Amino acid sequence: MSLLPDFSFYNAIVYIVKGTSLTVALIVGSMLTGLAVGLPMAAVQVYGPRWGRFLVGVYVWFFRGIPILVLLFLFYFGIFGLVEKILAEIMGEKVNVPPFVATLATLGLTSGAYQSQIFRGAILSLHLGQYQAALSLGFTRVGALTHIILPQALRVAIPAWANEYSILLKDSALAYTLGTLEIMSRIRQMVSITHLHVPFYILAGILYYFLTWVGIKALKKLEAKIRIPGLGAEVERETTLEDRTGQSE
Amino acid sequence: MVAQSKVLAFAKPRIAPDGAPPLMEAKNITKILGGKLILDDISLSLNKGEFKVLIGPSGSGKSTLLQCVHFLTIPDKGDVFLEGRSALGMGHKNISAFRQEIGMIFQDFNLFDHLTAKDNVSIALRKVKKWPKDKALAKAMEELDKVGLAEKADLYPAQLSGGQKQRVSIARAMAMEPKLMLLDEPTSALDPELIGEVLNVIANLAKGGMTMLMVTHQIGFARHLIHEIDFMENGRIIERGDPESLFADGSSRTAVFCSKLTELTGNQ
Amino acid sequence: MDTWEFYSQKLIPALNQGLWLSVLIIVPSAVLGVTIGVLVGAGRAAGPHWLKRLLDAYVAIFRGTPLVVQLTMWYYGLPGVSRFLGSILGPLGFPEFTWRFLVFSPYAASVVAFTLCSGAYQSEYIRGAILSIRKGQFQAAKSLGFSNSQTFWTITAPVAIRRALHGCGNEIIYLIKYSSLALIVTIQELTGKSNALASFYFRPLECYLLTALYYLALVTLATFFLRWLEKRLHVPGMDQAKAG
Repeated sequence: MSLLPDFSFYNAIVYIVKGTSLTVALIVGSMLTGLAVGLPMAAVQVYGPRWGRFLVGVYVWFFRGIPILVLLFLFYFGIFGLVEKILAEIMGEKVNVPPFVATLATLGLTSGAYQSQIFRGAILSLHLGQYQAALSLGFTRVGALTHIILPQALRVAIPAWANEYSILLKDSALAYTLGTLEIMSRIRQMVSITHLHVPFYILAGILYYFLTWVGIKALKKLEAKIRIPGLGAEVERETTLEDRTGQSE
Repeated sequence: MVAQSKVLAFAKPRIAPDGAPPLMEAKNITKILGGKLILDDISLSLNKGEFKVLIGPSGSGKSTLLQCVHFLTIPDKGDVFLEGRSALGMGHKNISAFRQEIGMIFQDFNLFDHLTAKDNVSIALRKVKKWPKDKALAKAMEELDKVGLAEKADLYPAQLSGGQKQRVSIARAMAMEPKLMLLDEPTSALDPELIGEVLNVIANLAKGGMTMLMVTHQIGFARHLIHEIDFMENGRIIERGDPESLFADGSSRTAVFCSKLTELTGNQ
Repeated sequence: MDTWEFYSQKLIPALNQGLWLSVLIIVPSAVLGVTIGVLVGAGRAAGPHWLKRLLDAYVAIFRGTPLVVQLTMWYYGLPGVSRFLGSILGPLGFPEFTWRFLVFSPYAASVVAFTLCSGAYQSEYIRGAILSIRKGQFQAAKSLGFSNSQTFWTITAPVAIRRALHGCGNEIIYLIKYSSLALIVTIQELTGKSNALASFYFRPLECYLLTALYYLALVTLATFFLRWLEKRLHVPGMDQAKAG
């Protein structure tokens, strides 16, 4: 390991924090992949033909029913392993799928299954009348979806999206099992050099906690920005019997 | 003060038949919510068997007053006496005993959503009064029968119409055999065609001699049953009297207010 | 060895062993997780202010950090803490168990990690379910003379159980899937077994695919059971899915 000759805790921490960029890239990439997969699937599940709904159902059932760890192994060692073999046969030279790509694909496709359910719920929660009103104004079915339903559905889905973000962030820590050099695998490298488990895992906890907090804060900001004002009132404290009698249980 | 003199002008001296103290007496009730004075030093009393109606524009504090009389909302100042016993004096531990003796009908029914009609009526008998199950259920069926809903006993609230829900909630309150019933706009959440069935049940209670304090805008249905009307505005009672005197004087606030309601809704 | 023989003689018996270990981890973690969830959820919904703050912190930490980090901490981190404690307490004459109890077996570490993490998530559903009960329901109970504890047992608990069932059930399904992390602390449960088999026989695609089917079967069964339970407890007009 290239770090060993001039190992210092300062360098170790810098090295780990630099891994944050890979974690962030992994999550942002997976969320966008999931969005690209999930949104059309949601539309198919609500408005699509019977066979389309069935296929989406199978997809969602598959990805939601298998642990992320098994999916990572299945994709990286199983499916991508097979793809590598086939490509090697065709091209005559060895091809390697980088662990980062395998991780991103797995997390993204899995997130797509979850996101399709988020958007399906959001679309269904919208007043049925919105869709009908759009059709009555002469929108095509696709036009009604993209111009009327989706802008509202995306808004409704933000809280669930924040939740999905925090789940993905935590799942991304498993990417180390494939050798992606994100936060967790760098932490493990440092632990194996120093044998200091507790301080480094606390550092990992802090980094992940911070990333969760930042992401959720950002999504809350976004939600507040595009929200219709006037909802939610402050709760005031009312006089209780104890206040009047000075007793309590 | 003009308002005060009006109160006196219409108020007839009312004395309980046997000279006993009033069944319920609320004294100097004051309530502040969100920095706003909702109830401003209100006092009122009810003798046994009396039927009193509170009316007034929305936001005048009528519902809050009912809640305070029941000690569901604790007044910031003042106290309520039931047969001479102070609610404040009951203290934290016994306040539920105080509340048991008063029944409340809510605007939006507040039936327990997870219980059938007969369980809604019997649950307090079983859990609060510790009656055995079969006795409580028998009483529940009796009360449901009185409001004409015996055959709906096994349905859940979501399977009942608004009028039926309100009748179940009346049965629920009556099953506890309260000394006083408080009714908070019992028909205001109902479709017009469902109001009648609920008002009938209430009129029957009044005829049966139940002591009642009701917030409502539906006065016409039982004007002859009402003993007294209090008109509230801005947290105060500004007019008080029996219906005949109040409506005889066409310029009383009560008469003007009610005639406006009649104009708007086209019925009384 | 032909394929059929490989499956029936090697793969499936080995995976069945792993499945049994997985069940031995999942069941106690689920039961303890729900218990903690109920206590913590009730405390966060209705407890005194200081308790709310304390429990909120617990939930924030266990939901805000990855389960891998927590599990690794319990199994690999705590023995270091134990050694450190021992170096202080030992010379002072304390008996060994005062620091040894921090050294967990792989199994104990897994159950503790899964229980505490799952409990934090469960408490969210319980808390949400309690807070979702309309104020009017409590007012009606009060007006009938219910005391606080009577209100809790007759109104709050039955309604909250129905409202939380969907979310809590889903959380147990998550637990089934995340029990696969036990392989990180060297347990040969379903995923650990399949990992070992995949590299031993050099047939990763088949091994992992079959393992995936095992989990799909577990999760599908659990989902069916949950739907059945929801239907059984269903009360017209009370939408359970909404609270989740």
